[in-house]
Amino acid sequence: MSKVNLTVDLNGLELQNPVTTASGTFGFGQEYKNYVDLDKLGGVMVKGTTLQPKKGNPTPRIAETPAGMLNAIGLQNPGVDYFIEQILPEIKDKEFKTIVNISGNTIEDYAKLAAKLAKTEIDAIEINISCPNVKKGGLAFGTEADMAASVVQAVRAETSLPLITKLSPNVVDITEIAQAVEEAGTDIISLINTLLGMKIDIERQEPILANKVGGLSGPAIKPVAVRMVYQVAQAVDIPLIGMGGISTVEDAIEFFLAGANAISVGTANFVNPEVTMEILAGLEEYLNEHDYQDVNQIVGKAMNS
Amino acid sequence: MAQRVIKEIIDQQKIGPGYFKLVIKVPEIVAQAKIGQFVHIKWVAEDSGADPLLRRPISLNRINPAEGTMTLVYRVVGRGTKVLSKLTAGDKLDIMGPLGTGFSISEDTNRVLVIGGGVGIAPLYPLVNELVKQNKEVILLLGAESAEEVIDLSSFEEFDLELKVATMDGSLGREGFVTDYLAELEQEIDYIYTCGPMPMMKVIRDWAIDSNVAGQASLEERMGCGTGACLSCVCQVKIDGKDGWTYKKACTAGPVFPLREVIFDE
Ligand SMILES: Cc1cc2nc3c(=O)[nH]c(=O)nc-3n(C[C@H](O)[C@H](O)[C@H](O)COP(=O)(O)OP(=O)(O)OC[C@H]3O[C@@H](n4cnc5c(N)ncnc54)[C@H](O)[C@@H]3O)c2cc1C
Ligand SMILES: Cc1cc2nc3c(=O)[nH]c(=O)nc-3n(C[C@H](O)[C@H](O)[C@H](O)COP(=O)(O)O)c2cc1C
Ligand code: FES
Repeated sequence: MSKVNLTVDLNGLELQNPVTTASGTFGFGQEYKNYVDLDKLGGVMVKGTTLQPKKGNPTPRIAETPAGMLNAIGLQNPGVDYFIEQILPEIKDKEFKTIVNISGNTIEDYAKLAAKLAKTEIDAIEINISCPNVKKGGLAFGTEADMAASVVQAVRAETSLPLITKLSPNVVDITEIAQAVEEAGTDIISLINTLLGMKIDIERQEPILANKVGGLSGPAIKPVAVRMVYQVAQAVDIPLIGMGGISTVEDAIEFFLAGANAISVGTANFVNPEVTMEILAGLEEYLNEHDYQDVNQIVGKAMNS
Repeated sequence: MAQRVIKEIIDQQKIGPGYFKLVIKVPEIVAQAKIGQFVHIKWVAEDSGADPLLRRPISLNRINPAEGTMTLVYRVVGRGTKVLSKLTAGDKLDIMGPLGTGFSISEDTNRVLVIGGGVGIAPLYPLVNELVKQNKEVILLLGAESAEEVIDLSSFEEFDLELKVATMDGSLGREGFVTDYLAELEQEIDYIYTCGPMPMMKVIRDWAIDSNVAGQASLEERMGCGTGACLSCVCQVKIDGKDGWTYKKACTAGPVFPLREVIFDE
């Protein structure tokens, strides 16, 4: 098998390969060290981080659904200061890029988070714009182009780190949001976050999740994610990190063909903790079998058909 | 160190109404397994990986390093356990383990109370075995719906210990709750271990606080990753500090927690 090039350059963020792990599903990386050679990953999007520590939602926090799951963790995390002081030193020397996923309830929250992280040795910031804006009655930042753009601008003003903006699929036209965040200065777009859903226990006659609603992830959302990547790839000029239901190398390849420059694996880590390594090996094999020398050659192939 | 292995089932048998016992040879995992730990399992079926999607956490009922085998005892309660119950010898299981922090035994305790309810009896066998081996005086209280659901009864009867059973239908031992025995305990207890339904453990915790006896409880919570990454499985545990409690992960800090510090949905 000849060596194929797997490195990808995402507008300045260079990954040794395009396989990353999705925020909230892979902890801070360490949690998977028994199962995965962490140094072989392209990047790790760490658990959603907020200014203050957060306890998160009551339980049950997850529910299984057909080929998927709902989660309402409620962003439990130790806060950005703890992350910088206690966790970052443990992971900063790993070969993977450390990408910090940030969440806020006001634009100022995001700006403050970016200012704190700008002074550290992280490799990139991923802005989670699926959070509720308290000043807009809890409407998620990512659901309106103006709000989404203001968050990106505020973060951009604080840091020159590569910026990834993570889009919410719970919108009417995802390309409109994508264009707005591109214009506001994001370097990269990642998509998709979870789709809002609910599951009801028919014996207790109430929602299973303590939070009632939760985010749907896993194989069930893959077709929606592929479609959105395909649409956004045609609407913007910046690189994309595609995710949503990726569980096998075949799934990952669909995302590259739809226009993703890199991929992220979430829920599938729960099902098979070694899945990222299997996808990485499978990707090399696919490229070899199809006589490609470089993973970048298959990006967006399905777009021209 | 926990690991993931795929192995064939050696034997699976129905042992009661909806109760199954499954034996699997996994020397890698068994060699490291400790009492009270669990495995996170998924059946391997060609082309049907996505349904049901997630793994299921099941406690270790027998840990046999000499044979390299472990036994799981579980009750069919939903889709996942139903699929699991249909598997037979030769079918494959995908196993992550051993996981979690199990029971610990202190040298300073002598008279120990162990209380199990329903399928919560399953993880107690290795514990009781070890307690007896260490010459502790064990009082074992078991509760279940009916006689057929008292897991490992005949094995427990072989031990030198005080055994009392309560069943809801009165088919074995006293009719009613196993916790009804608490009020009648004659001797002082040094320590308590428990696993079972939440209402049962709540009564035991309150009794433990009133009686000033420390102990450990094995809890259940829905799990995603099983390895500390997803924060699905958190349990409320009392701590010193501003709020007086914190969420701890059942898959890493637990499933066994200090009994008197557990907050049960209150
Ligand atoms: C550490 C630990 C050890 C356990 N040990 C045993 C054991 O030895 N024997 C046994 O019979 N059961 C045990 N359980 C409970 C067992 O995991 C559940 O009964 C099982 O997951 C139910 O799956 P299902 O698909 O049949 O049910 P469904 O209700 O269809 O499951 C839907 C989802 O909810 C989760 N879920 C449902 N009930 C529980 C529960 N009580 N605890 C945790 N997750 C749940 C499932 O894992 C799944 O993700 C244990 C649970 C934990 C956390
Ligand atoms: C348990 C869980 C927690 C998550 N937490 C976050 C988070 O903190 N921040 C975020 O941007 N996305 C979070 N997500 C969304 C994932 O990163 C990902 O976008 C989504 O799950 C779709 O990918 P998947 O189907 O591969 O899981 C979470 C998902 C799950 C399942
Ligand atoms: S199950 Fe994921 S953190 Fe415990």
